Order: sequence, then structure tokens, then C-alpha cells
Amino acid sequence: MTQEANMTAKTSTPEAPQGVRNNRDHVAEYVTAMIGGQLFGLPISRVQDVFMPERLTRVPLSSSEIAGVLNLRGRIVTVIDMRARLGLPRNEDGKPAMAVGVDLRGESYGLLIDQIGEVLTLPDDSREENPVNLDPRMAKLAGGVHRLDGQLMVVLDVDRVLEIVPTQLAA
Amino acid sequence: MARPVRTKVGFMDDLLREFLTETSESLDTVDNQLVRFEQEPNNAKILDNIFRLVHTIKGTCGFLGLPRLEALAHAGETLMGKFRDGMPVTGEAVSLILASIDRIKEILAGLEATQAEPEGADQDLIVKLHEMVEQGMAAMPAPAPELASAPANPASSAGSTQGTLVVQTLERELRPGEVSLDELERAFQETASEVAPVPAAAAPRAAPKKETKAETKPAAKKSDGEMAEGEKVANQSIRVNVDTLEHLMTMVSELVLTRNQLLEISRRNEDTEFKVPLQRLSNVTAELQEGVMKTRMQPIGNAWQKLPRIVRDLSGELHKQIELEMHGADTELDRQVLDLIKDPLTHMVRNSADHGLETPAERAAAGKPEQGTIRLSAYHEGGHIIICIADNGRGLNTERIKAKALQNGLVTEAELEKMTEAQIHKFIFAPGFSTAATVTSVSGRGVGMDVVRTNIDQIGGAIDIKSVAGEGSSVTVKIPLTLAIVSALIVEAGGDRFAIPQLSVVELVRARANSEHRIERIKDTAVLRLRNKLLPLMHLKKLLKIDDGSSSDPENGFIVVTQVGSQTFGIVVDGVFHTEEIVVKPMSTKLRHIDMFSGNTILGDGAVIMIIDPNGIAKALGTSVAASHEISEESAASRASAAEQLTSLLVFRAGSSQPKAVPLGLVTRLEEIATDKIELSNGRYMVQYREQLMPLVQMSGVNVQTSGVQPILVFADDGRSMGLVVDEIIDIVEEKLHIEVAGQEAGILGSAVIKGHATEVIDVGHFLPMAFADWFARKEMRPSVTAQSVLLVDDSAFFRNMLAPVLKAAGYRVRVAPNAQEGLAALRSGQSFDVVLTDIEMPDMNGFEFAETIRADQNLSSMPIIALSSMVSPAAIERGRLAGFHDYVAKFDRPGLIAALKEQTAELSKAA
Repeated sequence: MTQEANMTAKTSTPEAPQGVRNNRDHVAEYVTAMIGGQLFGLPISRVQDVFMPERLTRVPLSSSEIAGVLNLRGRIVTVIDMRARLGLPRNEDGKPAMAVGVDLRGESYGLLIDQIGEVLTLPDDSREENPVNLDPRMAKLAGGVHRLDGQLMVVLDVDRVLEIVPTQLAA
Repeated sequence: MARPVRTKVGFMDDLLREFLTETSESLDTVDNQLVRFEQEPNNAKILDNIFRLVHTIKGTCGFLGLPRLEALAHAGETLMGKFRDGMPVTGEAVSLILASIDRIKEILAGLEATQAEPEGADQDLIVKLHEMVEQGMAAMPAPAPELASAPANPASSAGSTQGTLVVQTLERELRPGEVSLDELERAFQETASEVAPVPAAAAPRAAPKKETKAETKPAAKKSDGEMAEGEKVANQSIRVNVDTLEHLMTMVSELVLTRNQLLEISRRNEDTEFKVPLQRLSNVTAELQEGVMKTRMQPIGNAWQKLPRIVRDLSGELHKQIELEMHGADTELDRQVLDLIKDPLTHMVRNSADHGLETPAERAAAGKPEQGTIRLSAYHEGGHIIICIADNGRGLNTERIKAKALQNGLVTEAELEKMTEAQIHKFIFAPGFSTAATVTSVSGRGVGMDVVRTNIDQIGGAIDIKSVAGEGSSVTVKIPLTLAIVSALIVEAGGDRFAIPQLSVVELVRARANSEHRIERIKDTAVLRLRNKLLPLMHLKKLLKIDDGSSSDPENGFIVVTQVGSQTFGIVVDGVFHTEEIVVKPMSTKLRHIDMFSGNTILGDGAVIMIIDPNGIAKALGTSVAASHEISEESAASRASAAEQLTSLLVFRAGSSQPKAVPLGLVTRLEEIATDKIELSNGRYMVQYREQLMPLVQMSGVNVQTSGVQPILVFADDGRSMGLVVDEIIDIVEEKLHIEVAGQEAGILGSAVIKGHATEVIDVGHFLPMAFADWFARKEMRPSVTAQSVLLVDDSAFFRNMLAPVLKAAGYRVRVAPNAQEGLAALRSGQSFDVVLTDIEMPDMNGFEFAETIRADQNLSSMPIIALSSMVSPAAIERGRLAGFHDYVAKFDRPGLIAALKEQTAELSKAA
């Protein structure tokens, strides 16, 4: 039953981003977020919710990219520090961080961002390959870029963001 | 709660699924019943049970269109029918039926996987079954003429399946108390006719076909009183899908969490009107939780069901007579736990049968009954269930374990020599450890007790083994009743809260700078002296690398004394809050690699906290410490001496740059005393210590510090203390102590290599009298008028050197011998001794053999012998008593030794 419960949770929030991105007039919707002054876009199909992380519990001995765990309506959510993940310096402006909730294989994650932005609908054909000069750490997590007015939106590949190798501090 | 759920049977026909579930249950019962039946072949009730079960299987197979199963079940049923007809029950026949049942199980497994009967033929078994029927018939005595009425019954020829016509229903005379089949039949029919319509009753008599009897009889029997009762029970229970229960459990767990949250809120708000209903909700939740837990509870007998069959088969295969006793089969535990321990239990029973029990010949030679016993018992204790698997076999073969441990490179020969038997026995839990000399089909496949241990560890259980050579061995497993909700102690470390499962918490100790329980610290090694035991300590915040450096008082703190398996250690935390029932949630896959945590949970206040895994902490503690603390359940005295295997040594510097060492077991305390507290009186340094004046003794070349603090080693004995002034305490190390060069200087026993440095091992016995001249010669050690002589036999130079002065100081004349042979030579040389003091673990001839040899020598047979050993367990003491020891003393127990010596020599002088 546990499995089934997880299954229902999953099916209620369609995954398969590849497919979604390409259907309907070849546009994709992105939830935008600022992380370390850079605009990122997360495919809306992957985003469960956006929340203010409260009572975050740090997890000793975990990778530095894991900010901690918290209780979100009875579920334990693993919160990923996106700045650390992207190799950016810590946020020093003192403003409370936000988190974007995503699911991976039945587990809940929260991606820690500086600020949430609007939802953008962008045509697929305006998406470009990662520029060669993109910071390699960022490039690893990026699934292309969109040129917007005056700025670049990096498309975050949620699956790659969650590919955290659990060995960094294991020793 | 994403626990792995067993793979389900896709979209199988409901009917088929029902059939599979029921059949596999029936088959397990048949297995058991058959084994019982073999033992009591005259128990018609058992036979009827078996017959009915097999018959039901056959009938259902026919209905569902499973020809292969049907044919096999039918052949088996025929043979059993013969038993009912009085064919003698042979072990061979039972084996054959069991083999058929195994085949049926195989087919069922195939059926479950593919939803179709697997390809294959069972002709081999069917033919054998038929042959057995014929053989059995032939073996039966010729039809007795008195039974003339029997052939008149058409049903009586039913048994013939191969066309053998002359078949008798009952081919022998009725035994007293037995009823003829006719009467039985009549009885069935009469009962049947009361309930069932006429045809059912008429069937057996009317239908002449060969199967009729077999089929109708159980059918008719259903209307028997016994069955009616069975049906009543059936009506009171329903079959519920395990998944449904799992879901219910998850929901209840969530409810418990919500309840806890509500309670927390209400605790903060004094005057709420919610208090009363909340209390009610709380109680109802607790009851609901208990109720749901109950639905998941199953008697442990379910996990034991297969065992009688296994033991029976093993007994045949190994040609041993084995009796399996089962106690407490109705002890209940969570089905999840039950599933996890099924295989380990089976494995341990196999082990007992294969390795533990001897062959009847060996048993007879050892003066034991030929039949060996394996005894399984289960009972509840607190929140745990204790399962014990014991046998009265030969016990563990210590020598073979040693050899294997050496061969596997787990230990060196030198280390082995210093280990106690119990420590050696623990090697069977090491990976890939199997001592079976030959690999049998039964066990010894390389998956051994290590797998069992891993399984038990996984569910937070503990396993322990005890063995007495020649008497048997027993494995005790302690496991939690359930895994979903556990009671946990909430603690604080580095500003965060953590949960420690109550299961592994032994006690809580508040350590304070000046109290009995104090954290002593030598460089990085922190220890707690608790009731004379030295507990290794781990600071939780350091382990978890969350030490903020603030508010860490090295001498104060809460110590959670934790036990994992037989290892005991203390976890130092900053604070202890309360215990709480927590719902264990698995760690995120991104965090599961951290073995310090077994999961996480949401507390009543909504915060997520980590659940500490004591196994992980024990691992972090390191194997070196683990080894010396393995035998923790034994007495403090033996603990101190167990360290002799790997002696815990306190390394310090005094007088010279060369490090010095002293066995930690001899040191009572380590102190740092402010120099202004040190007074010079009468040319001697003294310090006020625990409301006494304690003399300080300097080693040559050591000067008492003039400022700051002065480190000293405190040696205490019988209310007196002395402090040995040292320059610096360096470390505590665990080392094998081999004194290589004898000391030239007074107060130095000799030199040993410790952690790669030549280190002088000091002779405490030299310094004690410097503090109090009468240290060794006080009241209890009255100097004897005629000095009595002691023969001290010990292979360890260290102990010879340490004990000899102690004994001399106590007024004995001492002669030392480095091994039993020399000891014997000394005894037989004509020199007279009053008492012999001997080590147990010695090469060539051990202490037990030594004692036996002395006992056997008519000139020496009354010589008092005192064993001096690190193995102080009841079993060892018993062994010692048998070998002829008068007393048994732990090596470091000096007062005990002197007392024992006094007692033995006093008795001697009285006798003289």
C-alpha cells in the first residue's frame, strides 16, 4: 500500500518533462527563480509547490549541498542548497530563502533559492544549447538557456540537480 | 514509509490467488503434521488432518484445472489413504510424501510467478508413490479372516489405484481402542445425514469407484463435530490483505504524529478548552495504535512452522537423532520483524543440527543420550522478544574457530593466545566464517552466522552466543517487537536534537567534575569509570562533526550508556530531554549513506530530527576498542583482565624522554592537581585528596612541578591512595604487552614496544611501598610466621614479574615457572609448596590440564590450586572446579588473590 500511495502521489503530478516541453505549440512553461543573481527556469511540470522553509534541521555528516530536512505537512523534505550546488557563495543579504518543491522517485525535495519569479511560457525553439563559457558547475545542471530581454534564463535540469553523489563528506 | 513491499501477484485471478495462499498455508501444516505423524503413527487424528489437507488441495486443483498438481496430490493422497488403512508408516514413505509436497510447492511457486502450471512431469514421484503403496501392501500381513465383514464394504477396495484388486481396508486386527472402518464410516454417515442431504451420506457406500472413498470421506467428515467447530472459527476471522494492514499502520503512525503535535500545542497554551477532548483523542489514538499493531502481530510459531520438517530431514541426512523442542510458539511479534528473522532462525537451527549435535555414536561415547535436542524458546521481555536456540551438542569447537580465524587472517596467533574462549567464539559472526570441516548440503556454505548477525543488526536486534565444550551452545537473539514505532530518548548535541532508540540505551549517567562518575580524558580518549568498569566515551557532537566548540565542558555532561550487541559504550550528549514514541521514517536516499543515522522522525513540535543508529556509533568507535570490550557482560574483574589480551596501557613520560607505561587496569584514577595544593611535609610531597592526605611518590628523575598543574596517577587500594608523579600523560593505547628486555632499574619491569616506541613498563609494586611501607603487609596480609611457599605458573613474563613481588610482599615465598611442564617439574622435584597459582591460557599444557595432571598425581593430589585467569565466567569457573581448582581468581584482582591464597593456606594449616 505504501508503494501505491506513492504511486498516486506521483501520478497526480505528471512527470515526463521531455514530452511536456514539446507538445502544444512547442512551448514550455517555466517557474523562474533567482539564485545568486542568476535567473533560472524550472519546468513547471516538475514543480510541486513553492514554500518558505521553516525549522530546517541540518543533517550532520551530509554533503554540504544538502541544507537539511524539514517537515512539510507531515512529509519529510530534503532541502538542497542550490547556491552550494551551483558553486555560488552563500547568501549574505539576510533575506529569507524560498524553496521550490520537487519530487523524485517518491521522495520530496526542496530546492533552496533566493527569490521566486513569475511563470514564463517560452517557445522551445528559442532555447539554445549551453553557451561554452557557462560556468562548468552551472553547465552540469543546465538543460539549455533562453535569451530573455536583457538577461539569460538558465533552464535547470531537475534530475541532474538531484544527482547528488552522497560521498562528499561520507568519510 | 517506503519500506520494501514484497512483490505482489500481478493481476492474478482472485480465485487462483486465494488458492495459492490457502494451499501454501495448508502445505506448511502438512509438513509439520507429517513429522508428528511419523513419530506417532497411531494417532489417527493427525492422519485425518493430513489427509483432509491434501485432499482439499487435490480437489481444488481439479476445480481450477491444474492437472499436474492434481495428479501428484492424488498419488500422495493414495499413499496416505493406505496409512489410514493400516499400512505401517515407514520413514521412507514419509520422506516420499514430503518430497511430493516439495514438488507441489515448486509447482505452486511456478504457478504464482507465471499463473500457469510450469512444464514438467512428476511421473518419477508418482511411480514411486505407487510403488510404495504396493510395497506397503505387500508388507502388510495377509488379511485376517476375522475381518470377513470388511470386504463386504465396497469402499474397502477403494485404495487400489494400480488395479491391484486384493486390497483390504484394514489388513490387521483391530488394536484395543480402535474402531473398524465400518463403524467409522457409519458414524460419519449418521452425522452427515443429520446435516447434509442423503446423497452425501449414501455416496461412500454406493460409489464403487476407486477415488470415491477418499473424496467423500473427508467431505462427510466435515459435518463431524470437530469440523463444525473449525468452521465457526473460520467465520470469526477474515482474510485481510497485508497491504491493507500496512496502509492502516501508516495512517495510524501519522495520527500518532498529529496527536503528538496537538499535545505539544496544548502544553504551550495553559487554559485551552481543548485539553479534555484532546486527552480523550490521545487515549483513543493510543488504543487504536495498539489495536492496529495487534493486527500485525503474529505468533512466532509461524516462523517456526517449517522447522520440524527441516529438522526431520536433517536428522535423516546427517544420521543423527534430533528432537526439536519448541517453547513459546504463541509469542507474538510484528509480521515485518517476523519475516526478517525467519531465515536467520532456520539457519541457526540448521547449524545446531549440523555442527552442534553429535552423531549418536559420539553422544553415547560422551555419556549423553543418543538423541540430541534442539530447543527453541521465545518470550517477551519489555519491548523486546527474546529468542533462544540451544542445543545439547558438543559446543563450539574453539580450536577449529581459532584455526579458521587464523586462516582467514582475522587475528594473529599471538592475539589468539591471549583471548578468552568467549571472545574466540565471537569470530563465528565474522564474514565468511564457517567451521564445518566438510561443506555439507546442510550448512557450511560460507553464508553463516555473519549473515544472521547482519539480519539481526538490521532490525536493531542483538545476538549473542554462549557455548560450553561438551555441553552445548545457545544463541540468544533479542529483537524489538516492532520497527514502525519505537520509543526513543530525545537528546541534544551541538544545539540540535537527536533521537536514540531506547532499545539500546542501558542507563543515563550524569557526569560531574567532582562526583563518582567523572569523565577522564587522556588526550583524545575519553573514558568513564562506572562501577569499576572503564567505558569508552564518544562525544556525539564530535562524531557528527557539529562541535561548535562552545559550552563544552570536558568533565560534565550526560552520558547515554549504550549497548550494541555485547559492546557497551557511552555517548556524551549536551542534554537529555524526555522519551517519546517516534514513528521511524526512512532517510532520504541522498542521506542514507550516513551510517550514524537509522532514519528520521517528526517530533511532536513538528521538527524533523535524526534517529541515531547505535550500530553506526559502535562502528565509529573502532574495532580495537570493540575487541577489548566484546565481553562486556562479564564481571568488572574479568573486564579488567580481558584487557590483558590487548592490554590497555597508560603511556606517560616521567623522568626521561623515553615513554613509560603501566596497565590501565592498575590505575585507579588520573588526576591533575594544582601545584599550590601540593604540600611538602617531612620531606615528602603530600596532597589533600578526597579528604585524605595522599602521599605523592616520585620516580627517579621526576620533579614535582612548581607551577600550573601536576599530572599524577592515583593508585588506590583498600581505602588508601598514593599518587605517582609523572611529567606528562601521553595516551591510552591498546597493545599486546610483550616485555622484551628485563628491567635493570628498580621500579621498571622491562621494556616493550608500544606504538612503535621502546617503552618502559613500570612495576607498580615497587612504588606502592614507597608511599606506605606496609602497603602489602597490612592486616589482611598478616605476615606468616612460617612463610608459606607458592608456585606461580604463568607464561606471561609481565604477570610473573608483577605478581611475584606482590606475593612476596604478602609474606609468601615464591617460585615462578613459565609453563606447566616446568611447574610440574618443580612440584615433583621434592621442594614443598603450600599452594599452586596458575594461569589458564598457556601454550602446550593449559591450566585445566595442568590441574588435572596435579590431581592425578598421587603425591600431589591434595595440593591446593588456584586458577588465575582472565576468563572469569560461570562456565569457566565450573570447568575449573571440574579440573580440580580450589579457587578461581581474576588476574588483576589482587585483594581477591591474596584472600584466596590466605583461605587455601589457612585451610591447609588447619588440616595439618
